[in-house]
Amino acid sequence: MFQVFCIFIPLLAAIFMPFFFKKISSIHTGWFVLVVPVFLVIYYATFVPAISKGDTIIEQLEWIPSLGISFVSYLDGLSLLFSLLISGIGALVVLYSIYYLDRTREKLHNFYIYLLMFMCAMLGVVQSDNMMTLYLFWELTSISSFLLIGYWNNRDKSRFGALKSTMITVAGGMMMLGGFVLLSIMGDTFSIRELIAQAPELVTNDLFVVALVLILLGAFTKSAQFPFYIWLPDAMEAPTPVSAYLHSATMVKAGIYLVARFTPIFAQSEVWVWLVSATGLLTLFWGSFFALKQRDLKGILAFSTVSQLGLIMSLLGVGAIAYHVEGAESSIFKYAAFAAIFHLINHATFKGSLFMIAGIVDHETGTRDIRKLGGLMSIMPVSFTVAIIGSFSMAGLPPFNGFLSKEMFLTAMISIAQFDLFNFSTWGILFPIIAWIASVFTFIYSFYFVFKTFTGKGNIEELPHKPHEAPVGMLISPVILAGLVVVLFFIPNILADTFIKPAVMAIQPFLYSSPEQINIHVAAWHGEITTELYMTFGIIALGLVLYLTLAKWQKMYNLFPSKLTLNNLYDFVIYELFDKWVARLSGQYMTGSIRRYLSYMLGSIAIIVIATLFIQDAFRVSFEDASPIRPHQIIVILVLVVGTITTVFAKSRITSIVALGLVGYTVSLFFVMFNAPDLALTQLVIETISVALFLLAFYHLPQYRKEEERTRFRFSRAFVSIAVGVMVTLVALSAHSQKFIGSISEYYKETVYSLAGGGNIVNVILVDYRGFDTLFEVAVLAIAGIGIFAMIKLRLSTKGDKL
Amino acid sequence: MKTNDVIMQFTAKLVFFIIFFFAVHLFFAGHYTPGGGFVGGLVTASAIVLLIIAFDLKTVQTILPINYINMVAIGLILALGTAAFSMFTGKPFFTHYYDYFNLPILGKTSLHTAALFDLGVYLVVVGVTMTIIQTIGEDE
Repeated sequence: MFQVFCIFIPLLAAIFMPFFFKKISSIHTGWFVLVVPVFLVIYYATFVPAISKGDTIIEQLEWIPSLGISFVSYLDGLSLLFSLLISGIGALVVLYSIYYLDRTREKLHNFYIYLLMFMCAMLGVVQSDNMMTLYLFWELTSISSFLLIGYWNNRDKSRFGALKSTMITVAGGMMMLGGFVLLSIMGDTFSIRELIAQAPELVTNDLFVVALVLILLGAFTKSAQFPFYIWLPDAMEAPTPVSAYLHSATMVKAGIYLVARFTPIFAQSEVWVWLVSATGLLTLFWGSFFALKQRDLKGILAFSTVSQLGLIMSLLGVGAIAYHVEGAESSIFKYAAFAAIFHLINHATFKGSLFMIAGIVDHETGTRDIRKLGGLMSIMPVSFTVAIIGSFSMAGLPPFNGFLSKEMFLTAMISIAQFDLFNFSTWGILFPIIAWIASVFTFIYSFYFVFKTFTGKGNIEELPHKPHEAPVGMLISPVILAGLVVVLFFIPNILADTFIKPAVMAIQPFLYSSPEQINIHVAAWHGEITTELYMTFGIIALGLVLYLTLAKWQKMYNLFPSKLTLNNLYDFVIYELFDKWVARLSGQYMTGSIRRYLSYMLGSIAIIVIATLFIQDAFRVSFEDASPIRPHQIIVILVLVVGTITTVFAKSRITSIVALGLVGYTVSLFFVMFNAPDLALTQLVIETISVALFLLAFYHLPQYRKEEERTRFRFSRAFVSIAVGVMVTLVALSAHSQKFIGSISEYYKETVYSLAGGGNIVNVILVDYRGFDTLFEVAVLAIAGIGIFAMIKLRLSTKGDKL
Repeated sequence: MKTNDVIMQFTAKLVFFIIFFFAVHLFFAGHYTPGGGFVGGLVTASAIVLLIIAFDLKTVQTILPINYINMVAIGLILALGTAAFSMFTGKPFFTHYYDYFNLPILGKTSLHTAALFDLGVYLVVVGVTMTIIQTIGEDE
């Protein structure tokens, strides 16, 4: 039980944060928060020996057993790796934020509650085996990310960024939920493990591809893949610890996690391989290309994150090919999954440190605009060193860990070009080319980021703050991460054996039975000169040339039409299409005119009923049991028709009222003719009263509006009226022409005296057989009377003081 | 100039009773012949309206000092009470009872709890109609 409970520890801790903030205000609240991720790191580290042997540990807490929904803590290589990343980088980020956020000026309790909520949500996402709770935690990450991006909620840009990220990620989350539901329908379970076991049967299901695409949409929106990456640059309005934590190391990798987790189910499908690898590659290129356009330090890093996530995603797509090939050929694709996990770890380390450096630069100089910065190298030597390490690793240079994973990435991309399934023989050649170009751009922006900020002359005098080296506490976290960047380069195989191989087993469970079988040895130098090494040389050479001539060709970015961007598309959809067009559209029919609404209602009822009548072939006419028509009836009907026509076409209202009275009395006459004395009596009296009330209302019409004119003819209203009339006639005819069961009135006739002690069947039905109805009709009458009384006596708006 | 409507007022005094007793007849005859609480109530109300037309609201209110809203309430309670009475004896809601009695003067007569229910209906109809007419009439 404790294992499941650990997921919720951050959430429980969050409850106490306002208390710490308000009562113990002399100590920065972050110190109390720090305990939580540190504890979690230690706790999850205890699982490492077991997991690295290939074991899985599972613990379950039933939540809604009748629906098969439970909280699960499922630890295998993949989820343990993510859990350690979340808690480890979480600890470093909290430590960093203690120095970044001011104790007295910021609402720390809010900040740390959101952060802890997020931590809980991420742990839940990566450990959930149940798709419903996975979705629950997934949305919690969206919500807490929304709150964190909008943390400085008095800034317009923060609110805009928060809204944008939420719109996109929640839309994706909804798609994903749809995919989950389809999957659970196919496999009849919410458990991912059980679905993986059924994977071979699921492929043949019709819903399979739909579920695949929906789940991928969820993963792509969360992981900022093309074309959904647009929220990530705007999310940079968040405080830098948040950017470092959410938007480089953890949340954006939730989509990566999802793709990795579902690979065993979906990798059988060609669509999956193509979508994941092509989208990833396109995102990689797009992100790296547009990173150079950015002027904001965090903007560069945001595009760089987008690009690196694309890299990991494309590797996962290529890794899925391992399901389709056998023998020696497949080993290279197994390699791709390994490279994806490896780069995921590397990216978390170097991108986390780079974000922290960007935050430090912002904090110490007061600006993040790269055009104003420069020459900070001698002032901030530690930050510069960390930035150099992070950037070189991002560019893929030795001796940093990015070099190793970049080499593996190139290897995987070269091998896919030689792969001859799913049309890869035709298009596959593009993969290494695009990857190589993207890597060149990655190299350039990495240099651009670090050297434009720290070298050159710069205008140190003109910066908003006088820059100086950051406090030691703020440097601890980036230095630790940068240290890892270097260390991982030298000991990649220890990392591989403990973390990566178990994680690869989770992605490709059919291929191995224990982590030892994964026969991959990472080495900086393979002892031979391979194609990818030449490619790296090419990247460095071309990258250096392009970087040195950057000033000449960076203007090229201005050539791109500023109107045709995805951001403008988003703005158009949200603000033009939804806000304005939809408002205009609903303004078209929601006019506030009751006549119009009546036309909609009556018209649609008429159309629906008439259509149903003929679609169901229910229309019948038969005059079999119709009674003969007698002359006096014809006369009364003529009077009725004349009265009705006069009511509709009369010029003056008083004529209409009198004609209406005529209709009422004629109806009463009908009741007489059809042997309904009670009805005739009541109709007569009621008609008199209502005509009197009409006259009363007529008398009180305001003078200035009392225009004597005919009702204007409107074609649409005439159409609706005729349609309703036709409908009622057709229904009445059909209903009369086909009676399936006899009337129950025989029973009343027989028992009216013997059981009810009465002679007037109508009245006995009213007060005895069906007295219940009468009771409430009387109540209706009483309510109407009291309503009129209240309306007239209690006119608060006009005679408020008189009451 | 004050109109002299002495004929109207005199006739109204006479006709009121004719209409009222006709209404009472309609009410009591309802169980065997056309009529009943609803029509009876409406006709009673029309008799009172006749008085209001012949005299005026104030006068009629002093002649018949009835709070019609209370009348509505009493009618509803009576109707509901009659219907609910049977529940106390373990019978379903709305079970009616009737029997034949030998009454002085009237002879053999059936007494039916449905008549009590109908009386409730009658009171509500009179009350509501009069409330509506009175409030609208008083309104300026």
